[in-house]
Amino acid sequence: MLRVDITKQLGEFSLAASFSSEGRVTGLFGASGSGKTSLINTIAGLVRPDRGTIVIDGETVDDTAAGIHVPTWRRRIGYVFQDARLFPHLSISQNLDYGRRMNGLTEDPAQHKRVVDLLDIGALLDRRPGKLSGGERQRVALGRALLSKPRLLLLDEPLGALDESRKLEILPYLVRLRDEAGVPMVYVSHDAAELRQLATQIVMLRRGQVTAFGGVKVLTAGT
Amino acid sequence: MFEISPTEWTAILLSLRVAVIATLVATPFGIALAWLLARRDFWGKSLLDAAVHLPLVLPPVVTGYLLLLTFGKRGLVGGWLADHLGIVFAFRWTGAALACGVMSFPLLVRPIRLSIEAVDRRLEQAAETLGAAPWRVFATVTLPLALPGVLAGMVLGFAKAIGEFGATITFVSNIPGETQTISSAIYSLIQTPDGDTAAARLVIISVVLAVGALIAAEVFARRATARLHGQ
Repeated sequence: MLRVDITKQLGEFSLAASFSSEGRVTGLFGASGSGKTSLINTIAGLVRPDRGTIVIDGETVDDTAAGIHVPTWRRRIGYVFQDARLFPHLSISQNLDYGRRMNGLTEDPAQHKRVVDLLDIGALLDRRPGKLSGGERQRVALGRALLSKPRLLLLDEPLGALDESRKLEILPYLVRLRDEAGVPMVYVSHDAAELRQLATQIVMLRRGQVTAFGGVKVLTAGT
Repeated sequence: MFEISPTEWTAILLSLRVAVIATLVATPFGIALAWLLARRDFWGKSLLDAAVHLPLVLPPVVTGYLLLLTFGKRGLVGGWLADHLGIVFAFRWTGAALACGVMSFPLLVRPIRLSIEAVDRRLEQAAETLGAAPWRVFATVTLPLALPGVLAGMVLGFAKAIGEFGATITFVSNIPGETQTISSAIYSLIQTPDGDTAAARLVIISVVLAVGALIAAEVFARRATARLHGQ
């Protein structure tokens, strides 16, 4: 499903990651500064690796030896950022529809309804992002990413900006997403408890290096 | 005192036409240039930036003379345009529009550039992850979010264009009905005995137009800002 074997020098920091995951949710675990975000941005195509390959769903999106670098917008990925990054000039409805329009996909009311119901955002559709709470914004961001029909969903600490009670509000949605949406995910977090609930496989990062890879139990072994 | 004569009307309408055309034609170029300066790094960027600001610091008569050399009938560009496309700038109202466009260009570009710089690049990134090609990111995210600046730039450019004098009179002279704008009409009237009252009328009209433009810019910018902040 996802194969990564890259190195990247970012100033003083060097990132070297090699793993291959078939899991539904691949958790990228590490302290802040361990290179999680750089790694997920490389998978997204926002950062170009110095060397190596990335394969998503059988398609080589990065291969430095062959000179391949598929730009982000053609990777058919979804990306949920820590700060939801909803478009402030568009309504929630238009935000949700954005990926479909940009990818030239035909309207799919059934899928739209499924996602809106799954995330309980039906009541928000006519509102503006400025009027939403942090938790609501993050749910809309999830919906927006899903509705672009990605082959891989990247989530970079989607709960990171929320307080404890909001986290507990969103977590069940993420579990439902994992079990019902059928889109493989890469989930970045520094919170082992969060990953124990969500991830099926763990890639552990420390100072830019992969220190462990395997089932959720590596979280217990490593910490 | 308040009777506006036909000659004055002609000058007012010509000024409006010249300024509107100058602004409308300059705006797409202004947006493209503002984007380049705000978002791209390339060799000669500071040189280009300086060139854009040149009309602001050069004596207008110099800009007008350079326009005459370049776009006059025997000018490098002007000759070619006249021979191949039949477009003539020299001593025509189109030349006045060109002079006004060039003179107001720095004022047009600056607010647009600032507002493009202020657009959160993380939103552009988000658009990219949702499958938007670079030009669509620009059209659907950057430009709408920079709209208050674009409107402000257009209004400022318009206000500058409508009052432009030095470059216009140098380049296309002061021909009533063709190139005599409000400013050149005032200039002629002040030099004419008994022209004071008519000049005063045009001065009042200039002030009204300029103040009106500034108020319009403020209103547009407020509305657009409110819309963009999700209100």
